[in-house]
Amino acid sequence: MSAVELQFGGFGGQGVILAGMVIGRGLVLYEGYNVSLTQSFGPEARGGACGVQLVVSRDPIFYPYVSCPQILVTLSQEAYRKFSPQMRNEDGSILLIEQDLVRPEKIPSSVRVAAVPAMRFAEDLGRKMVLNMVVVGFFAAATGFIKPESAQRAIAESVPEGTQALNLAAFQKGYDYGIQHLPRVCA
Amino acid sequence: MEADPVGVLTGIHFLDGDQACCEGALAAGCRFAAGYPITPSTEVVERFAQRVPQVGGIFVQMEDELASSMALAGAVWAGAKAFTVTSGPGFSLMMEYVGYAAMTETPCVIVNVQRGGPSTGLPTLPAQADMMQARWGSHGDYQIIALSPNSPQECFDLTVDAFNFAEQYRVPVFVMMDECVGHMTEKVVIPSPSEIEIVPRRFTRLPHDKYLPFRAGVDGVPEMVRAGDGYGIHVTGLTHDERGYPSTSAETQRQLVDRLMNKIRQHTDEIVRYEENAVEDADVVVIAYGITARVAMHAVQMARERGVAAGLLRPIVVWPFPEKRIRELAARTRAFVVPEINYGQIVNEVERVVAGRAPVQLIPGAGGAVHHPEDILEAIISHASAEVAK
Amino acid sequence: MSLTVEAPVQANPVEAFVRTERIPHVWCPGCGIGTTVNCFSRALQQSKLDLEKVVVVSGIGCTGRVAGYVKLDSFHTTHGRAIPFATGMKLVNPELTVIVYSGDGDLTAIGGNHFIHAARRNLDLKVICVNNFIYGMTGGQVAPTTPVGAICTTTPYGSFDEPFNLPFLAESAGATYVARWTAFHVRQVTHAMTEMMRKKGFCFLEILSPCPTLYQRRNRLGDGLEAMKYYKDQSVVRHGANTKEIAISFQGPIVVGKFIDIERPVFLERMNKQLTRTLDAEYAGCVGENVCG
Repeated sequence: MSAVELQFGGFGGQGVILAGMVIGRGLVLYEGYNVSLTQSFGPEARGGACGVQLVVSRDPIFYPYVSCPQILVTLSQEAYRKFSPQMRNEDGSILLIEQDLVRPEKIPSSVRVAAVPAMRFAEDLGRKMVLNMVVVGFFAAATGFIKPESAQRAIAESVPEGTQALNLAAFQKGYDYGIQHLPRVCA
Repeated sequence: MEADPVGVLTGIHFLDGDQACCEGALAAGCRFAAGYPITPSTEVVERFAQRVPQVGGIFVQMEDELASSMALAGAVWAGAKAFTVTSGPGFSLMMEYVGYAAMTETPCVIVNVQRGGPSTGLPTLPAQADMMQARWGSHGDYQIIALSPNSPQECFDLTVDAFNFAEQYRVPVFVMMDECVGHMTEKVVIPSPSEIEIVPRRFTRLPHDKYLPFRAGVDGVPEMVRAGDGYGIHVTGLTHDERGYPSTSAETQRQLVDRLMNKIRQHTDEIVRYEENAVEDADVVVIAYGITARVAMHAVQMARERGVAAGLLRPIVVWPFPEKRIRELAARTRAFVVPEINYGQIVNEVERVVAGRAPVQLIPGAGGAVHHPEDILEAIISHASAEVAK
Repeated sequence: MSLTVEAPVQANPVEAFVRTERIPHVWCPGCGIGTTVNCFSRALQQSKLDLEKVVVVSGIGCTGRVAGYVKLDSFHTTHGRAIPFATGMKLVNPELTVIVYSGDGDLTAIGGNHFIHAARRNLDLKVICVNNFIYGMTGGQVAPTTPVGAICTTTPYGSFDEPFNLPFLAESAGATYVARWTAFHVRQVTHAMTEMMRKKGFCFLEILSPCPTLYQRRNRLGDGLEAMKYYKDQSVVRHGANTKEIAISFQGPIVVGKFIDIERPVFLERMNKQLTRTLDAEYAGCVGENVCG
């Protein structure tokens, strides 16, 4: 397999970086992939658009940066505007969005789009901050890129002590939603 | 000897370069770190502060980098392996200590996660513009060793190596990371303690009346003792004789500085380390280190796909410089391309060694971003074009 | 035929504490630093400390040369950095008695930041500061301790900015023992040094000391002996004095004595307590073979 480029974007505080970390960790530790994860740091990462990018490959990765992502996940309109023009317009490209926070415009023709009301699900679970794990669950279902068990293990290892159950519930919510609705949303 | 298991987090991890560097230090037996907050290197000591109480050791956040670096000397002469970590402005402040460590032959490790400069520059973005400062930054003549990791895995591996070099040759050793490598997260495999080779401190076995603290053996490196061992040593940054006593004689200066230079120069072949990719039949050799070597490798692959015989030589140990190998290549290489995130530092070394036998082209970078692989590719192709046209 | 008379030469009692092979020393006739080293040797003797576990750390300057003459593990560091060096050493091996012995310029100008932070942390260091009001080694420049009005090479028309009142500085920053004496008060200096060696915590002793070559001469204050007369005539012993009120003016009265002697947990005690509280059995400790390998 040649390298696959993933881009996650949102605004600071949504836990976008952690979502990317969990997926990267799961792929590296439990599925034997090589992953290069890079992110933006510093004052510009606090609020405003923030992003995390992953290059995933079975082979060694030299160039660790994402130029045209095949999979884009955006949780804010600003991130959508910033990252969607870079998307690779080819079969298999996938755009995942937060249903209530992102209104997609000018979607390239070959790109499949799937939306999840992650914020509402997180609110239903009582903690807005688990939105990111809903998205990870939805990502796993929508892309099949990571096995749910791998993601679940990575989540349990990555989130603060005592919040594992909540985060795993959020993952499950997103995953189940993806499995149930994908045929419809991915028309 | 083998690594002390207590500091070794054996297993497969998903870590960034800063975290991996910290694990390398712990695996190498480092039990003392002093530091001062600075982006983008602070994560190394943040992790150390979290980990070291469970391993057995100390982290102390000092009042500035002058203090952080000098605290190493105290810790080392008390018997610990020690390191400090910094970036840009902090590295400049540590230059005072670097000279002291070189002069007093204090084995220690200084990690610099390079960011854009000069001055405060670009705290959160990469550069490779401190490479000459690592070599020449403190006043006077001395030698150091500097390594350049290009991945989180190497941040671990080379930090272990840095401690080993420091103990072997009693010099300050630099791990010259950059912001990209420091903040990039990848798979890091930490071997079992038995697979990690550790160079212990070279403590003397001589009795008090036979021991002179700065009398060197055949390899030019004196043996050490610790404060409190009963030897009553004196250590000074002044020019000193074998007893460690200050001297103002030009002859003592010559003997001392000769030895400080030669203990590295005479072991260059044992210290130098580089990696080659597709160099054997290459018309154009790219010389790059750190994150830039990965970008360059991408460009080399693109060039090969277009039928251009390009290769990559990546210095892993940057100081001392792998000049013997580059001199060999200069005899049969059409051109050298040297991308680095500065306005020309290591390229000067390449030019010196190539000595006009082939063109050497710098692809500079101001800092703030890595190169575009296409820019490196273009340079490769421009030098190979005659061959490709054939 | 010659007659040789074996004069009964008595060894100097401080010889045991001095690297006699390095004598003569660099200090000028009339300088007070040697006097303080005499006191230090006697204090070492009285303290009954295991001398193999006593370390002297100096910075740069005339007093900075003390490290080179004492027959102990001794470290002559860079300008201003004796305290950071001592910090690393003490934290790695708390069994060592670490004495920082340096001058006023070294400790409170270029090293001033380290001085206040070591006091704040209450590092278990014994700081002996020989204050001669001037930079001696470099030829007589104004120091942060130079009294207003004094002539220095860089204040040829008289210094005009306010000097540090060192005991006040040390107390404010958190020192647990603060005393000031002069090179005239050899018994008191020896006693203070002995007390410091027995006390745990950041201890500070200021010793006013003549610099006949530069401070005395440029200010037409006579030689070292004249300085001793000044110290004798103008010193007022006031133990427990409010350090805020004991600043020194040019040739003015000198309040001497022990001003502060309190107990406060040292850095390592606080660290161990905090880490034990939060990590419990997981805390691996920080001393001995753990650290020194």
